[in-house]
Amino acid sequence: MPLKHAEEYRDPALARRLAERIRQRSRRPVRLMEVCGTHTVSIFRSGLRSLLPDTITLLSGPGCPVCVTAQADIDAFVALAQTEGVIVTTFGDLMRVPGTRSNLLRERGRGRDVRIVYSAFDSLRIARENPDRQVVFLGVGFETTAPTVAATVQAAAQAGIANFSVYPAHKTVPPALQALLAMAEVAVDGFLLPGHVSVIIGTEAYRSVFDTHGVPGVVAGFEPADLLGAIAMLVEQIEENRPQLANAYPRAVCDQGNPKALALMKTLMRPVDAAWRGLGVIAGSGLELVEAFATFDARRRFVLELPEPQEPKGCACGQILTGARTPPQCPLFRTRCTPMDPVGPCMVSSEGTCAAYYRYHAD
Amino acid sequence: METHTVLLDHGAGGKLAHRLTTELMLPILDNPILAALHDGAVFDLPPGRLAFSTDSYTVTPLFFPGGSIGDLAVHGTVNDVAMCGARPIFLSLALIIEEGLPLADLERILRDAAAAAQRAEVAIVTGDTKVVPRGAVDRIFINTAGLGVIAEGVHIGGHRARVGDRVLLSGTIGDHGMTIMTQRRELGLDLPLQSDSAPLNHMVRRMLAASPRIGVLRDPTRGGLGTALCEIAEQSGVGIRIHEAAVPVRPAVAGACELLGFDPLYVANEGKLIAAVPPQDAPAVLAAMRSDPLGRDACEIGTVVADRPGRVTLTTRIGGERIVDMLAGEQLPRIC
Repeated sequence: MPLKHAEEYRDPALARRLAERIRQRSRRPVRLMEVCGTHTVSIFRSGLRSLLPDTITLLSGPGCPVCVTAQADIDAFVALAQTEGVIVTTFGDLMRVPGTRSNLLRERGRGRDVRIVYSAFDSLRIARENPDRQVVFLGVGFETTAPTVAATVQAAAQAGIANFSVYPAHKTVPPALQALLAMAEVAVDGFLLPGHVSVIIGTEAYRSVFDTHGVPGVVAGFEPADLLGAIAMLVEQIEENRPQLANAYPRAVCDQGNPKALALMKTLMRPVDAAWRGLGVIAGSGLELVEAFATFDARRRFVLELPEPQEPKGCACGQILTGARTPPQCPLFRTRCTPMDPVGPCMVSSEGTCAAYYRYHAD
Repeated sequence: METHTVLLDHGAGGKLAHRLTTELMLPILDNPILAALHDGAVFDLPPGRLAFSTDSYTVTPLFFPGGSIGDLAVHGTVNDVAMCGARPIFLSLALIIEEGLPLADLERILRDAAAAAQRAEVAIVTGDTKVVPRGAVDRIFINTAGLGVIAEGVHIGGHRARVGDRVLLSGTIGDHGMTIMTQRRELGLDLPLQSDSAPLNHMVRRMLAASPRIGVLRDPTRGGLGTALCEIAEQSGVGIRIHEAAVPVRPAVAGACELLGFDPLYVANEGKLIAAVPPQDAPAVLAAMRSDPLGRDACEIGTVVADRPGRVTLTTRIGGERIVDMLAGEQLPRIC
């Protein structure tokens, strides 16, 4: 059972040894950024920060797919939910994200048909059961979810399920890292690279980014010892001044990734420019369906009337996503913006940085 | 009965309603006070202060591994009364049924409620049935209210945790919530999950016999252990420090939580309790909990402390530290 395998990476003695190694090696003050919401949550939940020396500052980057979704896309999701005859299917953590005028949870409360699914494939079943309705899956996520969405579209095409479509808002990690590193205000000394995404794309997918910028990057797993081990590697690279791309999660991640998943993505999807909250438009950082499958693109199927997208006033999500500010530095944090009544997406998703700070971090 | 589903007429007070009561309900919920079919229950009470509680129940699916809405509606209110330090004796049972509910389902729900009441040694002494048009409720909603008697010298309340008290937990957390979650979502997970729905009043009786000085009892239902501890810390104006490694979680629950991005500290329980107990009494109370079949896995999970009043602090498995906050809104499954 995989859980048993995980237990050894939760071993307190191993964690203590790794924390000690970090304390001994770390001299220079460094800022390390994790680019994965699951890392963020794991770091907070395990109380890992309290084991690190003062020299190490952990920042959370644009690693939560919900948080980086642009306001215009959120508005489109709401507009789809408001469209007559449409069933919107979505992962749960999109429900509360505030759009310019409404959110999906509120629309469901008004009687719109918005259903939480665990997998894109669930949407196909719903489409089959509701042949007279249009079922639109909100395609939000990184390379971890994109292949399953591609597989769903392929299955829909093969089975001739015409009342199914996807709103493509998928994003890819390497172009975002490239953009982050090019931003002058982003001062990051090393990256904890996302384990799940790397399972799909492989370590080599980051090669060009890290070769260009000469910044340390280490692929990390999700258990406390995985993360501490990866932090230790980053600290050692920085102290020895030999930045490189490394893999601290070899039990799951290989150089070339998952060829089957990558082939599926390549067959059905192509890179497009995409808007990220906090980062702006990044060239080639999104995925849309290729022409042969474009009939499954919800944007071609529905004409949506969208409000002029307005990000919430005073919300610092954009700066938080780039590590320029931490949540307590946002004036809305814990005052106007709480998980019960979130202003920005980083407070909404369970993997958002603000939500993690709110939930796990004492002031 | 000729029909196989509940009809609007069943709730209209006429012949069908009468038959539903006398032919289906009374035989199942059999007790002399109810059988009098008065407008209300008439009974004598033993001396002492009373505890009175009510709760309404709605759950999807109606039947799940480890229970159903029928026993849940009894256990939930029995436990609320028991958490006041009271011995629950009487319950009311009110049903709001959507027309079209299969009578077989209704019968099964009533049988589960009756069995739960019998196990808890409480009597369902008054009740009501309404039938509403399709869509007005989701199949069946149940309200129960419970009355219990508090023994002399017992004073339980969320504000009674004192610095130095030990925090005891009666068993594994998250079983009910993850059972319901995985059933509802058609996850196709083959996990050995089962709700912990159970009456806790017998365990409470044993605990109070071991020490009437127990200050706080609470069943961490919705919001889970984390939220319940936060409420106690807030109401008592104390800090609570707990140890992650001491909190038992079944592997299947931990696995399902990990898959969905849930924190077991915030997942609902329906057959667990926490207690804040003076340190000198903690071993005896813990032994009393463990002597009850529902408390076999009972353990001490932490201490009430003076620092950080109103806050719950968790020492993690790896020796790190973090706060535990109240659950804010329903946990929603994450994207990856």
